[in-house]
Amino acid sequence: MRELDVKVITENVAEMCKEAAYYLPDDVYRGLKRGRETEKSEVGKIVLDQIIKNAEIAKAEDRPYCQDTGMTIVFLKVGQDLHITGGDLTEAVNAGIAKGYTEGYLRKSVVGEPLFNRVNTKNNTPGVIYTEIVPGDKLDITIAPKGFGSENKSGIKMLVPADGVKGVKKAVMEIILHASMNPCPPMVVGIGIGGTMDRAALLSKKALTRSIDERNPMPEYAKLEEELLEMINQTGIGPQLGGTTSALAVNIEWGPTHIAGLPVAVTICCHAMRHSHRVL
Amino acid sequence: MTEALARGEKLPVDWKNQIVYYLGPTPAKPGDPIGSCGPTTSGRMDAYTPTMLDQGIKGMVGKGSRTPEVVEAMKRNGATYFAAVGGAAALIAKSVKKYTVLAYPELGPEAVAALEVVDFPAIVVIDCEGNNFYEIGQKPFRNFDINQI
Ligand code: SF4
Repeated sequence: MRELDVKVITENVAEMCKEAAYYLPDDVYRGLKRGRETEKSEVGKIVLDQIIKNAEIAKAEDRPYCQDTGMTIVFLKVGQDLHITGGDLTEAVNAGIAKGYTEGYLRKSVVGEPLFNRVNTKNNTPGVIYTEIVPGDKLDITIAPKGFGSENKSGIKMLVPADGVKGVKKAVMEIILHASMNPCPPMVVGIGIGGTMDRAALLSKKALTRSIDERNPMPEYAKLEEELLEMINQTGIGPQLGGTTSALAVNIEWGPTHIAGLPVAVTICCHAMRHSHRVL
Repeated sequence: MTEALARGEKLPVDWKNQIVYYLGPTPAKPGDPIGSCGPTTSGRMDAYTPTMLDQGIKGMVGKGSRTPEVVEAMKRNGATYFAAVGGAAALIAKSVKKYTVLAYPELGPEAVAALEVVDFPAIVVIDCEGNNFYEIGQKPFRNFDINQI
């Protein structure tokens, strides 16, 4: 059985936290450039120029792309034939987050308890860690730091089957219009359809780990992604101060659901669509 | 600060004719005055803003919409609201030359500090008469009505 020491996991997670904070993924960078070419608002062009330049400075100088380096969402796919040795997996991941956020000069934005005693944990832990057991003997790690300017504008709607495609479009657009320019557009919109309330929310987060250039493999969903993107880009929200580049992409993931339900979750991500992926 | 004012205490900083920038920067790397420092959501301050504007603040820099109460207080005090580009944090850091903590150091990135800036990129979004560029800027590009779905 293949063995993997937790120390290796901690080191990799630490590096990945820094990478994700400094380097905007290429697909998002190209999406911003495309948006700049087609943007119709003069102010919108100025804003996009600043955002593109920001990505270049952050990458060239190893600086956080945005000051909100987020809550650290971690997706782990653990191969069922992998033996993790030397300690606890969750602790190892959190140790990696603490190391990366401290060494990388990233902002620590997590409070230990949400309501009565909001004290900063001072190292950005704990991360929001999802673990899935999969075939194989590898550990697949995706790190997706999430800023809260956009997270606070996300939402969920429990539709009924009769609402259909029209209902889904309406629910999504209500959330987008309510968010307006607040989540630092151009946005990337992750949508989860189906499952239970919690599963839909998780699918909407997973949707954001897919490249913005890749459409859903099922043609009906791919079409819905494109239709929603077009609608969002006609709201006028634009890159924060009005315009035509309100969103770079809409990514939908779906899952089986109950005969009586049609949950729709929308996670709005800002242009700081940060990710890092490694397989150990 | 609004709590201190409510208790009748004096504030540690004189806000008269100052411009306030809402931000929570990343820690500075060695040799830098500040880390990445884009604007934070101004709306989080809205509940306290009218009181603070009455202390003499003339300008605010942040991102996102403001409540009607804030806009009223801006008109009353002749104050302007500027937007910095949300998320352009590494770029904005280039224009900050000096960062000096003035009060509440225990709040870390959210302490009150004096910033010295050159060519700071900000755009007026709500002026002292209440004109709102967020609305004006969106209108010509709006071609969508949710009731048409
Ligand atoms: S919403 Fe995104 S880009 Fe805007 S401040 Fe938050 S993390 Fe940064």
